[in-house]
Amino acid sequence: MTRYLALRLASVIPTLLGVSVLVFGVTYLIPGDPALIIGGTDAPPDAIANIRHQWGLDQPIYVRYAIWLGHVLQGNLGESYFSRQTVLQLVANALPTTAELAALALLVAVAIAIPTALVSAVKPGSWFDLSTAALGFIGLSIPGFWLGIMLIYLFGVQLQVLPAGGFTPVSKGLVANIASMVLPAIALGTFTSTQLMRYLRASLLDVLHADHVRTARAKGLTERAIMIRHALRNALIPFVTVLGVQLGYLLGGTVITESVFALPGMGRLVLSAILNRDYQVATGIILLIATAFVLLNLLVDLLYPILDPRVRLGGAHRP
Amino acid sequence: MSSGVGLQQDLTVSTPAQPERATRPARRTSGGRRPWTLIVGLVVVLGFCCLAIGAALLAPYPPDQQNMSNVLRGPSLAHPFGTDEFGRDSLSRILYGARLTLLASSIAVLLAAIVGCAVGLCAGYLGGPLDAITGRFIDVLFAIPVILLGIAIVAVLGPGELSIVVAIALASLPNFARVSRGAIIPEKEREYVLAAHVVGAGTPYIILRTLLPNLIGPLMVLVSLGFAYAVLYEASLSFLGLGARPPTPEWGVMLSTARDFLFQSPWYAFFPGASIFLLVFSLNLIGDGLSELIDPRRRHR
Repeated sequence: MTRYLALRLASVIPTLLGVSVLVFGVTYLIPGDPALIIGGTDAPPDAIANIRHQWGLDQPIYVRYAIWLGHVLQGNLGESYFSRQTVLQLVANALPTTAELAALALLVAVAIAIPTALVSAVKPGSWFDLSTAALGFIGLSIPGFWLGIMLIYLFGVQLQVLPAGGFTPVSKGLVANIASMVLPAIALGTFTSTQLMRYLRASLLDVLHADHVRTARAKGLTERAIMIRHALRNALIPFVTVLGVQLGYLLGGTVITESVFALPGMGRLVLSAILNRDYQVATGIILLIATAFVLLNLLVDLLYPILDPRVRLGGAHRP
Repeated sequence: MSSGVGLQQDLTVSTPAQPERATRPARRTSGGRRPWTLIVGLVVVLGFCCLAIGAALLAPYPPDQQNMSNVLRGPSLAHPFGTDEFGRDSLSRILYGARLTLLASSIAVLLAAIVGCAVGLCAGYLGGPLDAITGRFIDVLFAIPVILLGIAIVAVLGPGELSIVVAIALASLPNFARVSRGAIIPEKEREYVLAAHVVGAGTPYIILRTLLPNLIGPLMVLVSLGFAYAVLYEASLSFLGLGARPPTPEWGVMLSTARDFLFQSPWYAFFPGASIFLLVFSLNLIGDGLSELIDPRRRHR
């Protein structure tokens, strides 16, 4: 168990270092001179040289990387070239929106996936199973931004029951806040729900043919008890891993969803930073999101031994 | 859309070298049945290809012909898909848009497949430090959500279709590398590989002529599913303003513009999105049909 934890924790470090090199390299390669962007194209040459020196842009790349990494490790992700706000400040303003969006989308996805997968797995091949499979296939292929726009049209423009876009903070009332997040959460969560549903259904069907389920049937347990207590519980173990990976998708998907619904989150922040060549903000956010994703997967792996005692006993075994 | 968990799990399960999973009995095999998902998917995708190639002949109007007296109309006989904010015919623009989407995503997927498989096969077969480094690199690429990776790459190369192709190729590459690596590792221990080795075949020969043919099936599935994702990414990145620019007829760009005219003409946004959906749906059907052909036991995933 300790060995499993230690191995898993240690494996995160090279991945995170690799992410940092990649993210730094990408921003280094972005064309355009940041000094000219900060100073303006008609700034005098000595002013530009000054800016270059001030921002450390005149140093060799590995020095710039080392300085940057040192700052990052101290929690200093730099500041915006334009607004002079620190990246952490910008992120602190944008994070709650994105976190709420991702959490609600995950909630939508799980709320759809678990019941439909359960009912489908009880009777494979039934009309319910076939129609959810077909719906799942449709959900898998729908572009999220198109779904978002169509939802805006239906609920925001035609029926006028939900806001057509924009974000209402919780301070203006919880109901208004949730109302502004319903459509984005559905648009973002649909794809994930189909992935989760298909995966959970398959693992439920696998579990339902396991010996312990046959034993439970032989004992005369009701189908309901078998499904919930014996099948679902086991099927949820691999499900949790998929959940971790899907969270990464959700974090990436927020960029598009926030753009469709005009939500002031991290996705919009990173998109506008890239389009404005605000390097430090862009690197900072991409790094933060990638780190969050790696850590979430770590968390999922650490949950594993709790959910599945076999991992605890088996030491280094990783499914 | 990211990560491709679905892809991997499909593939690892259907890899021939996997031990038989003692699971549910086959309920319905595709033995005597026609693989209808595969057929329907292929027909629609080929239809899209024909429409794209023949756009110049089939489109009722030139894609950039404006008519300011007839803007933002819904479907009619003269304009089956309606018109946009400059009175351009949406159907014609969608037909021309199919060219860009199909071309960009197929090039991206082929690039990703070739490079990704080369990397994965070499890493898996040779093992050792090369494998460790590749594995780490793949982990890193997987840690960055695809859309963000795409945004970063587009930022380096500047907006445009070429950048989108590179972005999608790079983002899809780890999937191919991981799957081909995962498939070759159990396979390389088998007798026929040993036999090839004994008769004196070189490493490139063994990888390309002995091992690769065994992976063609799973790789075909991965290509068709990867193609579906590539179409989605291509449209998404264009939608975000990172690819083709507004006068170009492109589905994502059309959708992004149409969003501003949702009140006047919802049809303007409907048809480009429906086209993306139909193409992605058919590509997914092909992937599903192929994986069923390869492993009939898995009637449903």
